[in-house]
Amino acid sequence: MSITKQVTALAVGLGLVTLSACGSQDGGSASPTASKTVTLVSHDSWAVSKGVLAAFEKQSGYKVRVLKDGDAGQAVNKAILTKDNPQGDVFFGVDNTLLSRALDNGLFQSYEVKDADAILPAYRTDADKHRVTPIDTGDICVNYDKAWFSEHKLTPPASFDDLVKPAYKNLLVTENASTSSPGLGFLLGSAAKYGDEGWAGYWTKLKANGVKVVDGWEQAYNEEFSGSAGGKKAKADRPLVVSYASSPPAEVIFADPKPTAAPTGVAAGTCFRQVEYAGLLSNARNSAGGKALLDFLVGRTFQEDMPLNMFVYPVREGAKVPAEFTAYGPQAKDPETMDPAKIAEHRDQWVKSWTSLVLK
Amino acid sequence: MAARRKGAAVSGALLALPVVFFALFFAYPVAAIVARGLHVDGVWRLGQVGEVLGDSGIRHVLWFTAWQALASTALTLLIALPGAYVFARFDFRGKQILRAVVTVPFVLPTVVVGTAFLALVGRGGLLDELWGVRLDTTVWAILLAHVFFNYAVVVRTVGGLWAQLDPRQEEAARVLGASRFAAWRQVTLPALAPAVAAASLMVFLFTFTSFGVVQILGGPTFATLEVEIYRQTSEIFDLGTAAVLTLVQFVAVGAILAVHAGTVRRRESVLRLVAPETTARRPRGRGQWALLGGVLTSIAVLLVLPLAVLVQRSFATPGGAGLGYYRALTRDDSGIFLVAPIAAIGNSLQYAVAATGIAVVIGSLAAAALTRRDAGRLVRGFDALLMLPLGVSAVTVGFGFLIALDEPPLDLRASWILVPLAQALVGVPFVVRTMLPVLRAVDGRLREAAAVLGASPWRVWREVDLPIVRRALLIAAGFAFAVSLGEFGATVFIARPDNPTLPVAVARLLGHPGDLNYGQAMALSTILMVVCAVALLVLERLRTDRTGEF
Repeated sequence: MSITKQVTALAVGLGLVTLSACGSQDGGSASPTASKTVTLVSHDSWAVSKGVLAAFEKQSGYKVRVLKDGDAGQAVNKAILTKDNPQGDVFFGVDNTLLSRALDNGLFQSYEVKDADAILPAYRTDADKHRVTPIDTGDICVNYDKAWFSEHKLTPPASFDDLVKPAYKNLLVTENASTSSPGLGFLLGSAAKYGDEGWAGYWTKLKANGVKVVDGWEQAYNEEFSGSAGGKKAKADRPLVVSYASSPPAEVIFADPKPTAAPTGVAAGTCFRQVEYAGLLSNARNSAGGKALLDFLVGRTFQEDMPLNMFVYPVREGAKVPAEFTAYGPQAKDPETMDPAKIAEHRDQWVKSWTSLVLK
Repeated sequence: MAARRKGAAVSGALLALPVVFFALFFAYPVAAIVARGLHVDGVWRLGQVGEVLGDSGIRHVLWFTAWQALASTALTLLIALPGAYVFARFDFRGKQILRAVVTVPFVLPTVVVGTAFLALVGRGGLLDELWGVRLDTTVWAILLAHVFFNYAVVVRTVGGLWAQLDPRQEEAARVLGASRFAAWRQVTLPALAPAVAAASLMVFLFTFTSFGVVQILGGPTFATLEVEIYRQTSEIFDLGTAAVLTLVQFVAVGAILAVHAGTVRRRESVLRLVAPETTARRPRGRGQWALLGGVLTSIAVLLVLPLAVLVQRSFATPGGAGLGYYRALTRDDSGIFLVAPIAAIGNSLQYAVAATGIAVVIGSLAAAALTRRDAGRLVRGFDALLMLPLGVSAVTVGFGFLIALDEPPLDLRASWILVPLAQALVGVPFVVRTMLPVLRAVDGRLREAAAVLGASPWRVWREVDLPIVRRALLIAAGFAFAVSLGEFGATVFIARPDNPTLPVAVARLLGHPGDLNYGQAMALSTILMVVCAVALLVLERLRTDRTGEF
């Protein structure tokens, strides 16, 4: 009897202490200086030169806090689930393949950036509501290991059609379309190429030709692909990988000493164009700061800083691209594209069919 | 009549806080996320259940989940039962340390376990370098990792009881002419059976709901229900399918726990137990030494080797063995975190201490209520309910927290307390299971005697109960601490990106290519392992006579 009473008293006391502790912590986080801080929520690939960001902070008077919240898909999903009480003010990193998910769930509020006219027309979208602003673009393409192909005296594949030829059997590694953004991009590229009905037949052939599927880009590129620095170390054995058109310049820029030519190349006829957007989060606490940050993201300084940090192309007209970028990884001339509305309509069904077709 | 009602009232009062805790921080968030998936535009989409279960991909997942759990359980029993015997009956040097060592895997976060196995059986792993054998993306890697993870469950649950069985009963049977096997089968086995059943069910539960191990070692082709829930929620964002799968897992886990509760109750039925110190002796004869050697070898290969590979890799910098990766942990220039990775240690310790506090309070109150002889059926049912968080998808709990606890006065999403609350959910079952046997063993007559001699109720508690319960409380706290430290599934969703815990930081580092990130992940894992091992070694020193169920 007595023991239980005592334990109860002790426990309730401890419980109250815990609760009051959390209360005080809550009070602390809602500090009055919050409006001087603007928070950017993004995915793990976000990067910017320190000086460029510092210049923005100095000029605007806002301190930028960056929250990297998992890979692109996860970051979007988490942002949607927490949209009533968002973790930040601006979200960067939703691409055309997932755009509809963000818009349909009301993730963003309208804001037209100051330099909206400077954005290349091809990338503009949601023009009447201005809920998202395009920030960067890139192409998802099959990369090949130059050394491997010259060693085996084989011409590298150049198109979607080539990939199902017997000469390229058991050479390609790609990513899970349901968990990886390049994996999904490659699937959408094949759907754009072969049509709503034809893509499944293409993948049946690709599977018969020995395509290997791994969960994420890191694993595909750094552990399975023989042409990357990581893959060489891991004694990887697949000379074809679904990656980006900007991967070859990365192989040059991050090598020491720098080679005169990229060790990898891009199969020009296998590309799918990706565009990444940013927007002001609904219920953002510091919307003034968020707007300033969005203006900065499409500004010339940031747009020209972007390529070497995130290995993407600018969307701003006339923004300069570094020389090694154009030399080793030119943008695809005629990439496959797909209207975001069409992607929205079919994406989930396609991914489902793809999963049972290729993985099961 | 009045006494009974009063007893019920006391139980109710004791249970109030645990019930509120579970309602608010478990039932409500889980219900919220399930409802979000099934209740769309004001309509309940219950037809989804049939649709999802009819999907061949999902059925494949269900089948794989069930058979790998069965296979893992069988394999674990096969390898760990001899271990349980050796720990129970043999006395050898370093036994205490070894018992802590075999428990380390159990409290390690599954990401670390997965990584350890990848380092052992994956590309460029030890087996690959020695014999060119790779087991990653095969089911064997998953099964072996499950054995590694759950070895301690069998050794502690079965071995704990085995050590307390009086060996003289078996000897008596042999004197009466039974063969050694017959004596074992007819005397020891029936006494052990409930413990073996309970251990098997726990292993089955843990492997049925396995997440990190399968995610890291399984590749895109193998998925358990738990991994599929994670994919559907976090990657595919099909909350409807995720909700249906959550319900399926709920039913399965509920069934497992119901059976488990039954076996636990049977186990607590009368057995003649003796002090474990009196039953263990040094091995005699060649057979016993061989058995001891075999068990030690299996522990070395299956449990110590993966851990050793982790440690070795944390020191294997490109320039030879060194502390390079550990030094890199103190820098914040990698860009993966906003803080130096080393800060994760501080975060983890703070969160784990808070979580331990909560788990001990809630767990002790629940255990006190469950111990009362006048506790009704309802109260005993709550025992099984407390175990549920062990088997419900952590991702469901994590996302549930994000969407449910968002309105004042329970707007906790920006609060640090969210992480300890989620961790306490998995800590409570351990506290309850550790405290229950000890509390039940306190002899009521001692209290009565003290009271008769004039001690005040406070003094009775301080002089009689506290000394007996204190050690159990410390052990419970230690387990809750270790489990909280390793909690990954829910924490990964609710830990703010700028406040990662150790397991979350390890996973984040592993998700980035490059030697330096990998090395740092190994270094952080090693640190986590050492912290867990120290906590467990301290616990070994505190072991009570009547061991808990873990």
